Amino acid sequence: MTKHHQPQLDTSPVVSDEIRQTTCYMCACRCGINVHIKDGKVKYIEGNRDHPVNKGVLCAKGSAGVMQHYAPSRLRNPMKRVGERGEGKFEDISWEEAFDIAVGLLKPIREKDPKKLAFFTGRDQSQSMTGWWAQNYGTLNYAAHGGFCSVNMAAGGIYTMGGAFWEFGAPDWDRAKLFLIFGVAEDHDSNPIKMGLGKLKANGAKIIAVNPIRTGYNAIADEWVGITPGTDGLFILSLIHELLKAGKVDLNYLIRYTNMPFLVNQVEGSAEYGLFVRDAEGNQLVWDRATSKAVPYETRGTKPAMSGMVEVNGVQCRPAFELLAEKYLTDEYTPEAVEERCGISAARIRSIAADIARVAFDEEITLDIPWTDWKGEKHETMTGRPVAMHAMRGISAHSNGFQTARALHILQILIGSVEVPGGFRFKPPYPKSVEDHPKPHHDVTPGAPLNGPHLGYPRGPEDLCIDEDGKAKRIDKAFTWENPLSAHGMMHMVISNAHAGDPYKIDTLFMYMANMSWNSSMNTSQVMDMLRDKDEDGNYIIPNIIYSDAYSSEMVAFADLILPDTTYLERHDCISLLDRPICEADGLADSIRWPVVEPDRDVRGFQSVLIELGARLGLPAMVNEDGSAKFKDYADYIVNHERRPGVGPLAGWRGKDGKGKGRGEPNPKQLNKYIENGGFWHEQIKPENAFYKPWNKGYQEWAVERGIFDKESPYVFTVYQEIIQKFRLAAEGHGDIQPPEHLRAQVKMAMDPLPFWYEPFEQTLINKDEYPIHALTQRPMAMYHSWGTQNAWLRQIHGRNPLFISGELWAEHGFAEGDWAQVTSPNGTITVPVVLMEALNAKTVWTWNAIGKRKGAWALGEDAPETKEGFLLNHLISELLPAKKDGQRWSNSDPVTGQAAWFDLRVNIKRVGAPADLQTSPTFAPQASPVGKGPKDIAFGEEWK
Amino acid sequence: MTQLPTSTQKKLGLVIDLDTCVGCHACVISCKGWNTNEYGAPLSDMDAYGGDPSGTFLNRVHTFEAKAEGCASQTVHFPKSCLHCEDAPCVPVCPTGASYKREEDGIVLVNEDKCMGCGLCAWACPYGARELDQMAGVMKKCTLCVDRIYNENLPEEDRIPSCVRTCPSGARHFGDFADPDSHVSKLVAERGGMDLMPEQGTKPVNKYLPPRPKADVNGTQAPALEAQSEEITGFLGWLDRTLEKI
Repeated sequence: MTKHHQPQLDTSPVVSDEIRQTTCYMCACRCGINVHIKDGKVKYIEGNRDHPVNKGVLCAKGSAGVMQHYAPSRLRNPMKRVGERGEGKFEDISWEEAFDIAVGLLKPIREKDPKKLAFFTGRDQSQSMTGWWAQNYGTLNYAAHGGFCSVNMAAGGIYTMGGAFWEFGAPDWDRAKLFLIFGVAEDHDSNPIKMGLGKLKANGAKIIAVNPIRTGYNAIADEWVGITPGTDGLFILSLIHELLKAGKVDLNYLIRYTNMPFLVNQVEGSAEYGLFVRDAEGNQLVWDRATSKAVPYETRGTKPAMSGMVEVNGVQCRPAFELLAEKYLTDEYTPEAVEERCGISAARIRSIAADIARVAFDEEITLDIPWTDWKGEKHETMTGRPVAMHAMRGISAHSNGFQTARALHILQILIGSVEVPGGFRFKPPYPKSVEDHPKPHHDVTPGAPLNGPHLGYPRGPEDLCIDEDGKAKRIDKAFTWENPLSAHGMMHMVISNAHAGDPYKIDTLFMYMANMSWNSSMNTSQVMDMLRDKDEDGNYIIPNIIYSDAYSSEMVAFADLILPDTTYLERHDCISLLDRPICEADGLADSIRWPVVEPDRDVRGFQSVLIELGARLGLPAMVNEDGSAKFKDYADYIVNHERRPGVGPLAGWRGKDGKGKGRGEPNPKQLNKYIENGGFWHEQIKPENAFYKPWNKGYQEWAVERGIFDKESPYVFTVYQEIIQKFRLAAEGHGDIQPPEHLRAQVKMAMDPLPFWYEPFEQTLINKDEYPIHALTQRPMAMYHSWGTQNAWLRQIHGRNPLFISGELWAEHGFAEGDWAQVTSPNGTITVPVVLMEALNAKTVWTWNAIGKRKGAWALGEDAPETKEGFLLNHLISELLPAKKDGQRWSNSDPVTGQAAWFDLRVNIKRVGAPADLQTSPTFAPQASPVGKGPKDIAFGEEWK
Repeated sequence: MTQLPTSTQKKLGLVIDLDTCVGCHACVISCKGWNTNEYGAPLSDMDAYGGDPSGTFLNRVHTFEAKAEGCASQTVHFPKSCLHCEDAPCVPVCPTGASYKREEDGIVLVNEDKCMGCGLCAWACPYGARELDQMAGVMKKCTLCVDRIYNENLPEEDRIPSCVRTCPSGARHFGDFADPDSHVSKLVAERGGMDLMPEQGTKPVNKYLPPRPKADVNGTQAPALEAQSEEITGFLGWLDRTLEKI
């Protein structure tokens, strides 16, 4: 027996030489991180405890940032293509040559026809800057990736209540007692959601998860509702039916804070039918029951009617609430009417409605915090309805997703749980009425900037980006009758439209951080063909492609000129209030990235490259009067650019004295202040301003002080959405701007001012018996919104992605362990390994998205499991729907916003044996790797032993 | 054979809440990041970018499905690392005295200077909580971040295992189970904390809080809301009555 012996241990090792605090970029959550630096190198990353987003915690991606920073797939030099597109053969060039090539392409386009440049960015966290650059360049063809990500969620929220889930707001994690989460595997707010769920659990709140797939967040829910994909809207409207029927709606809230009392024109056939009745000053009117008169809705002391036809100025009209109640109280939305389609029993729908009503009204919260509303009325307390909700792509990535997102917001509003304690809360700069958002701009002038920001929220047909003939002005056909409210653009249509020359041909496609030749496109194989396709003269149909990425991705192989970006630890960035900031409901915040280490390769931060390119092109906002560059680099821009006088990319430490919050002239020491403070700036909102923000005078005044608005901008929630009705009226023949005949019926159907449910388009055009199964994807938490594949640690968690098959389908097809399946959609067939999963909607199969990789990409070995057993479902999905009866193929997207309808996919499956080579299909010829392959074995940390 | 101490002053360990763990793997990677840099040999990754990547991890999350008759299938995320057993079977089997349990706090460690990589301890561990590092040839296991929890170079609030510090959902807790008033002891008492495989007689220090009971396939069957009326006219009557009260 060896005696017990304890060696001497050093239990207090020195961790590092220095901690540098910056912002994570492993996904869109943007947590604060402590980067431990040893011998000038990155050693270890942990969460920043002081940071408002993550408060010290950090997800798997965040901690694995070390391996991202050292990834062998990092690009090293500017490069120009020497082989054919898609081969991945490049020659290293200097930055000078790279700029010469880029200027050589872009300068003549700008002088002659700026729209021939299509500039689209992917997971860009600097959209206020890249959009500003594109606006100065003068092309109207700019957008980021929202159109194929989750524009339905954003637009549905903005048009309904001036903000959405996601970065616009969050559940009141501290006070909610019932939480419903719809269609979320993971989300941008990844750490706050996890922290919030932990709080809910600790507080004993109930969690109901609505999702066909029970993983992650859905796994810990008290109640899992395995809904049939694409039917969330129907389920939500049935809940609304039940609540209305029982009178479980917050009438006081609806009267005060929404447009439910507004009088709606009921003169059928009139050009104003369905629009609000207004007085001469343009104020919307309500019917005051006390005086039996129509008065402007903002009049104090009125008792607005919520039902009843009245006549105002000779116009028959009714309160919007009555229209809503009539619509949802019909038998169309009874639990019995929807149960089969939703795959949820009527009894269960009733039970969930009862849970919502009980918590909202029987467990009301009262905070003894006095506040004053925008009409000047004082309130002694804040009343909360502690039912919170959250949703993401599962409900939005369908062709009925916009109206479904609206329905969910309306459910929250009807029970009075938005911007109240225990409910859903906005994060500044939201709430912000749709009326305070920009409209899309599209007037192109050669040699001059565009006439305004590209993207925005149309208020009516007059804001569409179409010419006199109704033809799309933008290459992606955003803001057209096909998808009038495509607020984020439609990046997924750019390559196919440019290839088809419809609406026109372009000269140069310029992209950033967008893996369009792989997981970021529908029907990947066809997109690769389009990028490679040549005309009769042997020229590429899309003539020039410039691409910036930090890593050797699949898209790199298809570019002609590569501008290598840095890793996120080597760069400046700002997470700006002008953009998609990091605020939480209780605070205003923004943050920076700064080079905690310098690059050891000849690479440059993309935004700095854009600034220099802009100066070389002589773009007005980027040069001084003498033609010299106005900004040295992106850091210089962050500090010195002013979007409006006194308002710039960063809100903290503005002004010469550094005391300005939100407003103030540029402060040359601003970045140092951010660095000293841990990389971020944060200001807590006072408790009396922290709720009822759209209607809270104190909040509104503070928001003006901080530069969020230039004037107080209170508004009421637009449950009934008049803007949408304007498009419907056009489809019915009213007005000068008319949809083309072939779209008239679709516009009339989809543009309903009150949400409704319709069957996802794809399944109405196919034989459902032939394609009986729903096929979905999810991103795993450890790789969400991330570039995880080349990460040595993360790829050991998710290096292969089987197709998960429901128990019912498994039995029906006689699958056994080790089997593979042939999965066929109207667009193609893939052959993939399968795994049984019982916690799954019976008619559904799914897989992890974006695990599969092309051979040769990401510096992986060609036998990497990602390239053999990994696969993409994208091959089965097309950006176009199957042909209609008239032979036309329509866009596979939401008819309101153009959101890519990824999750409408229907397939059939056939059991097959494992192929001898265990290789999924389709497979593609390897791309050459401009960075070689990663090392064989690694032992990170060895150098510091 | 190596002796276990007859008793330890403290029983440091983890409580892992299976009701709250969402399976995000944050603890797995944070552990890897800290421990590849600190205690002993690095945690290597063999064939890191190739066809069969295989690295050493001290903590892994497994996902299981559990389906009872009439119930919806449940997904359970199960993080697993060394449980720092009181009767740790991995220690007595060690032929060199490399595996040992600390008297002061009960942490089970491997003295890598003495470890010859024979793997007997890993065979003896019923939980599969030890991994032989393929590059260094020594046995690796959870150290309970012994180089964090007493580390005077760290702020006091950070003197906890890296997996606990990073866990976003707060599903991991660290403390002394010998102290009945400690946070972890109370959690175990309140939530019915369980030993993993108690029949093995290892007396694990780490405890698991079981998932709370979930609703079955029919949901919670709350009684339906009482309708004001099935007809729109009845609804409008309710509306008028209610508005009078506002």
